[in-house]
Amino acid sequence: MKRGLVIDLDTCVGCHACAVACKEWNGDSALSGPLADYEPYGAAPSGVWFNRVRHYETGVYPENKTVNVPMSCMHCEEADCVTVCPTGASYKREDGIVLVNQEQCMGCNLCTWACPYGARELDTASGTVKKCTLCADRIDDTLLPPQDRQPACVLACPAHARHFGDFDDPQSQVSQLVAERGGVTMLPELGYQPVNRYLPPRNAPKVSVMTTPDSASLMHKVSGWINKMIER
Amino acid sequence: MSLPPAAVTPPRASTHEVKHTTCYMCACRCGIQVTLKEGRVRFIQGNPNHPVNQGVLCAKGSAGIMKQYSPAKLKQPLRRKPGTERGAGEFEAISWDEALEVLTQRLAHLRATDPKKLAFFTGRDQMQALTGLWAQQFGTPNWSAHGGFCSVNMAAAGLYSIGYSFWEFGAPDWDRAKYFLLWGVAEDHASNPIKIGLDKLKRNGAKFVSVNPVRTGYSAIADEWLPVRPGTDGLLALSMVHVLLKNELFDWEFLVRYTNAPWLVVQTPGQAGDGLFLRDAEGRPLVWDQKTNALASGLDVGVAPALFGTYTAPDGRTLRTVMSLAAERYLDDRYAPAQVAAECGVPAATIERIAREMAHVAFQETITLPIAWTDVYGRQHDHVVGRPVAMYAMRGVSAHTNGFQSCRALHLIQMLLGALEGPGNFRSRAPFPKPIPPVQLPENDASVMNAVNTPLGRTPLGFPTRPEDLAIDAQGRPLRIDKAYSWESPLAAHGVMHMVIANAVAGDPYPIDTLMLFMANMAWNSSMNTAAVQGMLREKRDDGEYKIPYIVVSDAFHSETVNFADLVLPDTTYLERFDAISLLDRPISEPDAVADAIRHPILQPDRDVRAFQEVLVDLAGRLKFPAFVTPEGAPKYTGYPDFIVNYERAPGIGFLAGWRGKEGTLPLRGAPNPKQWEAYIENEAFFTHHWADNQKYMRFVNRDYQQAAVEAGFIGKVEPLIMQIWSEPLQKFRLAGQGLYDGPCPTEPEDRARLTQYFDPLPTWYPPIGASAPAQTASSTATQLDQAFPFSAITQRPMVMYHAWDSQNAWLRQILAQNFLYMNTAMAAQLGLKDFDWVWVESHHSKVRCQLKTMEGVESGTVWTWNAIGKQAGAWGLDQQASEATHGFLLNHLISESLPPRVGERRMTNSDPITGQAAWFDLRVRITRADESGVWPTFAPIQRLPEDTAERPLVLRYGQPGGDA
Repeated sequence: MKRGLVIDLDTCVGCHACAVACKEWNGDSALSGPLADYEPYGAAPSGVWFNRVRHYETGVYPENKTVNVPMSCMHCEEADCVTVCPTGASYKREDGIVLVNQEQCMGCNLCTWACPYGARELDTASGTVKKCTLCADRIDDTLLPPQDRQPACVLACPAHARHFGDFDDPQSQVSQLVAERGGVTMLPELGYQPVNRYLPPRNAPKVSVMTTPDSASLMHKVSGWINKMIER
Repeated sequence: MSLPPAAVTPPRASTHEVKHTTCYMCACRCGIQVTLKEGRVRFIQGNPNHPVNQGVLCAKGSAGIMKQYSPAKLKQPLRRKPGTERGAGEFEAISWDEALEVLTQRLAHLRATDPKKLAFFTGRDQMQALTGLWAQQFGTPNWSAHGGFCSVNMAAAGLYSIGYSFWEFGAPDWDRAKYFLLWGVAEDHASNPIKIGLDKLKRNGAKFVSVNPVRTGYSAIADEWLPVRPGTDGLLALSMVHVLLKNELFDWEFLVRYTNAPWLVVQTPGQAGDGLFLRDAEGRPLVWDQKTNALASGLDVGVAPALFGTYTAPDGRTLRTVMSLAAERYLDDRYAPAQVAAECGVPAATIERIAREMAHVAFQETITLPIAWTDVYGRQHDHVVGRPVAMYAMRGVSAHTNGFQSCRALHLIQMLLGALEGPGNFRSRAPFPKPIPPVQLPENDASVMNAVNTPLGRTPLGFPTRPEDLAIDAQGRPLRIDKAYSWESPLAAHGVMHMVIANAVAGDPYPIDTLMLFMANMAWNSSMNTAAVQGMLREKRDDGEYKIPYIVVSDAFHSETVNFADLVLPDTTYLERFDAISLLDRPISEPDAVADAIRHPILQPDRDVRAFQEVLVDLAGRLKFPAFVTPEGAPKYTGYPDFIVNYERAPGIGFLAGWRGKEGTLPLRGAPNPKQWEAYIENEAFFTHHWADNQKYMRFVNRDYQQAAVEAGFIGKVEPLIMQIWSEPLQKFRLAGQGLYDGPCPTEPEDRARLTQYFDPLPTWYPPIGASAPAQTASSTATQLDQAFPFSAITQRPMVMYHAWDSQNAWLRQILAQNFLYMNTAMAAQLGLKDFDWVWVESHHSKVRCQLKTMEGVESGTVWTWNAIGKQAGAWGLDQQASEATHGFLLNHLISESLPPRVGERRMTNSDPITGQAAWFDLRVRITRADESGVWPTFAPIQRLPEDTAERPLVLRYGQPGGDA
């Protein structure tokens, strides 16, 4: 089993719905909540987030494009963040989810330095490192209706740009999407084998133009336009 | 290294209590499921069964928790401390009994002496059916909601053209559209439905074109981006019309059958009656029937009207078809792509191509659905035809002085393509379509308005069809404080809220006594010219009384406007009250289903606050409004829930359409059901009635739909609703401007000139009026203006705060708590400016200092910023050092509520001259490097309210006992 997310960069409008739904669910999750907010009503508000949406531009005006890229834990197969953990707090579950046992974490921050995706954040209020759990406490909760056993970000995404599933199962929706759309990993050259995949923007559909012979140009005929017999 | 999943299984969320209600953060009004844990909000998610959001939820919706637990919440009624100055923020707590008694006395006096001295204006509320009824019962014409500074151009242009409109009265057919044009929609309208829809379009392989000066949000994922210059959308659209006409790429059948294109227009320039339709003795418009070569009723079937041609009336007057006049107009070289390309900023070849792509999809990728339906003439059809081009448009088109006509230009494209109300089109949402315009005239009888202790005979707002419908006195002076329905704003269907304070303080057209505001931040981001407006609110007469003597503000939060109140009525949050999201108000229907919804208290307030709806019903009883008291004069309703269940606008028709009838079995119409609230609560807080397939399309002539619509009270009768390319109401106003109307005509030269110039019966384009600079005359050219103020300046709300009237949210402000002025990268380099430079932004009216950032995705002659991020220090429960106050800024300071003064002309609203729509986006600026740093202007901090002891923690840990403020 290899659980993770597929994120569709073709439809992500950068609305931050995923990020806030994540903050909301995990903020009161027994796995890692609460998530601290620093100066929530003050000069420089910030806090612990598992999922942050970055906005980039490519190309030069007017041939530019804006790309929104949500970033969270990639649940790497070669997770250095786990290997470097001196206390064993960071671990990878059998289903591939990388987690931090909050009881064992001492907040040394080695794992945040090991992660090239910036996916781990030190919560200075708890003194522990926190990160995306793929909402393990939702997906494992058999009392939730099956359709709700998904990460909060996936449930919330208004553009349906996020999908959760098992990449080991070639029939799963995530595997199929990756196959159909050429899903890619982020920074594969670093060798961590991230599980999450991004679907690149689709090519713009080709639309034909309706052509008309020059003789059809009626510019000169306004006064003598040939009427058609059309009944009301 | 691996542990089994069971090792980390936490307490299960599924054991918590789940309740359904409706979100309130914007006009979408999504269905939400709220999970409660020990009486506190644990999780808010979208309701998968709800027609609006289908399970998804935006950032604001999820952040509702932080709204609920915001330290900015008002806690009890307040009054300005006697002896202190208004705006100084010195308040004292009073009881509800005292607050309501004081207010009742004041209002009762006004109602018994001069009811129009109450001005009651509401912001982004969703209960206009109640507030409008309340104002009508009070007897004041001075009421509206925020539509006049938001979207009235879209609503009015649609309702005077096609019978429904962009905004909430229609939606694109996301499932079937193959080509989609999004005009002027940044991130700030129809949040979740558009996001859901764009994904559907993309999955179906449809093409998505965004016309917008800024490439963020929805435009980011557009297949093609047209960086239009602000204020030129209408010109761009009419150039597409030119291409379609020139190449005969239009739908003859649609135009002949469903629009007034074949109707005959009288041609007597310079004489009365010019430009009006030739009508028969019964008032029916006439066409030229090619079968009989004679005049015939344009509403009859069986005739074959000539679409083009010049004819002669029996009395010898020349007649031309609407289509001939339109073709002549738009085939003019003025509208050729090569002519408009530079003005619009879109290459000629692109304009030509987009028009031809739309035509290709409309005519060569036509959809035919085997759905049988019957038209209003009783004819059976065995299929529906869809020309699958859809459009949606909003603020960027709306917020200009040419927005009404620009939006009409978009509807003209739709009519030419036959791309309305079919599969794949922009489709209507119940209770629309309605007659064009809707049959609802605004109250305009001065004697009724002045009658004491008497309700108005009609609602304050409506849709004038001719100069006689204006709300003006015998001398032509405005009867309303905002001058809606005067010669200055004749079709102001949503009122002109942004003028209320300036007009009241100027005593023009008259002074008022009490200004009652609900959820409207008129002392800050909802007003143009913010700093001056704060001054106006403090202005006093010679006798020491304030020019606006009494200001009542109801809000749930401590806004900048609360600070200027004499009386503060603290509202509940959306999770603490009953609400009806009513079909009598701003509907949430979808094209395939009529829908409404409720809110109900899922939390009990922990403060001494009352829902404003409750306060209104209470006051209505105290003031003895006829609709709210028994014949003996006792209050008729025990409160808002009782009112909603039992009030009937017409027999069987009330605020909520679901579960009506004594047994709760009747949809849409039926006797009041005493258990109606319970029925909604049992059914996840919303009601839907799905239309049968034969009722879903072509509703402007669909008999089966219209019969149901009559029964539900949406429309008066079954009749063909003929779309109006040529608008006769506009022509009547134009004739009045020309002095040729057989009825009221304006006497002042500026009114005559405006009516003559702008009330064009055909969609037209003119440069934005508000862009003109002070020293210049009406004849100054666009080039001169460009030199003085070379940039257009516009704003948008970020998606995380779309349509929110507050943005103090502890989570959302972590995403955005400071705004920058964004400029095109190459343009900035040309000006020697770079990221984080401090710049002066100057308009003809004022200037602000702010910080610059560059980006590729903005049209090179445009700058923009996020709106309403800037805050007055101390407002909204934030620390005085909050970055919104120290680094955020408003462009509002640069925008005057009046047009630049011209010699000899009176003060004139900075609004669309047709609808009174606030022209926020006409703003033109110049930008220079600032030697100083820091935002300017700055404002004195607002004090904390009495008993505001809520901690502003340095670290918030929501979910932790005691961890939230």
